[in-house]
Amino acid sequence: MKVALFVPCYVDQFYPQVAVASLQLLAKLGVRADFPKQQTCCGQPMANSGCEQEARPVYRHFVETFADYDYVVGPAGSCVYHVRQHFDVIDQTPAVRHVRTATVELFDFITQVLGVTELPGAFPHKVGLHLSCHGQRGLHQANASEMTPVRDGQLRRLLAGLEGLELTELDRNDECCGFGGTFCVSEAGISARMGQDRVADHVRHGTRVLTGGDMSCLMHLEGIVRRQKLPVRVLHAAEIFNGALA
Amino acid sequence: MSQSPTHAQRSDLFLLDAERTTWHDETLWFVREKRDRAVYATPEFQELRQLASDIKDHTLSQLSEYLAQFEAAALANGVRVHWAADAAEHNRIVLGIVRQAGATRVVKSKSMLTEECHLNPHLLAHGVEVIDSDLGERIIQLRDEAPSHVVLPAIHLKKEDVGETFWQHLGTEKGLTDPQQLTEAARQHLREKFLAAEVAISGVNFAVAETGAVVVCTNEGNADLAIGLARVHIACMGLEKLIPRLSDLAVFTRLLTRSATGQPITTYTSHFTRPAEGKEMHVVIVDNGRSQQLGRPDFRASLKCIRCGACMNTCPVYRRSGGHSYDFTIPGPIGAILSPNIDMKQHASLPFASTLCGSCTAVCPVKIDIHTQLYKWRQVLAAEGHIPASKQYSMQLLSRVLARPSLFKAGGAVARLGLRFVPHALTHAPGYNPWAIARELPTPPRQSFRDWYAQQGPTNAPA
Repeated sequence: MKVALFVPCYVDQFYPQVAVASLQLLAKLGVRADFPKQQTCCGQPMANSGCEQEARPVYRHFVETFADYDYVVGPAGSCVYHVRQHFDVIDQTPAVRHVRTATVELFDFITQVLGVTELPGAFPHKVGLHLSCHGQRGLHQANASEMTPVRDGQLRRLLAGLEGLELTELDRNDECCGFGGTFCVSEAGISARMGQDRVADHVRHGTRVLTGGDMSCLMHLEGIVRRQKLPVRVLHAAEIFNGALA
Repeated sequence: MSQSPTHAQRSDLFLLDAERTTWHDETLWFVREKRDRAVYATPEFQELRQLASDIKDHTLSQLSEYLAQFEAAALANGVRVHWAADAAEHNRIVLGIVRQAGATRVVKSKSMLTEECHLNPHLLAHGVEVIDSDLGERIIQLRDEAPSHVVLPAIHLKKEDVGETFWQHLGTEKGLTDPQQLTEAARQHLREKFLAAEVAISGVNFAVAETGAVVVCTNEGNADLAIGLARVHIACMGLEKLIPRLSDLAVFTRLLTRSATGQPITTYTSHFTRPAEGKEMHVVIVDNGRSQQLGRPDFRASLKCIRCGACMNTCPVYRRSGGHSYDFTIPGPIGAILSPNIDMKQHASLPFASTLCGSCTAVCPVKIDIHTQLYKWRQVLAAEGHIPASKQYSMQLLSRVLARPSLFKAGGAVARLGLRFVPHALTHAPGYNPWAIARELPTPPRQSFRDWYAQQGPTNAPA
């Protein structure tokens, strides 16, 4: 099985430790992932702004980069969702079709491709899980409150399985954090307010470590946590599992 | 780019009152939670959504046939049917009917269509008194405001605001905030208007092609009272309100109010099929851009909307920006996909007033792919030149960088270096960096992942 690590552009530049943790976690699970170094970005920032036309060369570059891999694994539901959902505007060559289905989110890969549904280790902290909308509603990684009162999902289960970890129960389990890609600057006021409300929900219920599967939401929430100087650490879930797994 | 303020600019005004924003958000979230409880208690809810979606898709696929069938059935029932291509024609037709009836006093029950057509100012300008009889609508009519929500038109107002309005216009005691007493004052005031009205105007929730009847859903019974008392009833409807058969109606009545307010059904679901003895009944069928939207394959499904407002209640942006920030009769996510069809330039910012979180699509009782349409409108608006030139230019630049790994690597290094050495006050300068209004920028690491990886080499797998 030939596996590539897809490291979103902002993770590469600002959160290298998340990519390192993903790589090491995969290695501990027996998967040696390559990092094809010509990779850049999935093109979502452009498409999100209405500039899908401008994003096409970036889509084609993505496909060329990853076409030879069986799986393209990324620690970011939103970017993965973008590749799978929105690469429909370029010619659907066999390579494009392959890359669209081969690109999977890290925890989808671990639970569904590797079939690993429990990760060992301890993390004795009060942890708040932030559900990424694109992971939850786009990739169907977790139940949605629009459909059912049952709060369930693979990341929630994996976290709950760590020794000593206590999950925070939020008032609003799956409200958007307000990052929204370029929305975070084009509608900065609303974006900030949404993020502040999300963080407040976590703080109110005792979250000490805020985590999730999507670093873009977490980048936004971390920015708020640090501005407000709150006693909350923000970690990508890959960092937690990699640290907990000896 | 449009000269009118953008959604972001109007939202910033709303956000200035942080406490009120909290109140608005919590009030609508409370309605969303009521909706959730009603949905959870209805095991077949998702099947109903699919059925409703299929019925609407089918109806839209042969709308002209169903419109002709409806007209024939309504005419056979003794109803007069009028066709209006746009808002102006709708207003002319309604005024014509009022004048022909020799009337000057009109009461109107809730109708988003007549709001869309700006009927009230037209009637008032021609000497016709028109009174909104829905409580929320009456409150905003007294305040000369537009509705901020399709189901809860005065949801942007607190009871203190209503007390102030009634004190000014209805002579209630100053400082009155008790909802029961305020409602009673409105009842007394409206009762006179109901009794005096010669013409009753209503909206239409559903029009049944098979029977030629229109169905009006209210909680206050105001439509029934007005129509029962007045000599002339004018029902105004958009041409997408049709459903094929009477038996289809139950699917929608089960979905409508559960989605809207969490009630199992509206208090009144009234069928108006033919005029009573000695009275007149008119139906005005309005296009006003709908057939144009029907001709846009990516956006056609927006016409399935039954105006329940669930997408507004769930939208985290709407709840924190208020209905008036949308500058369109229908606010919220559904308004943001309907409005560019009417005026792309004026409403260019609305499809961007979303994080694309998809909650709107997940609550929509007729399964409109709202967030997908928001994304698609963005593409149309950019292609038509309705996004700021600076944004378009920077995206072109970004595309060039991201299609070339060496440029991306170099650009990233410069950005991280800049962030490390440029003083915080500059990188977070107000007015220059919208990110920094409430957020710290990430702490730039010395090394990007790609630099680290080049040094380490791939991590060896144990197996």
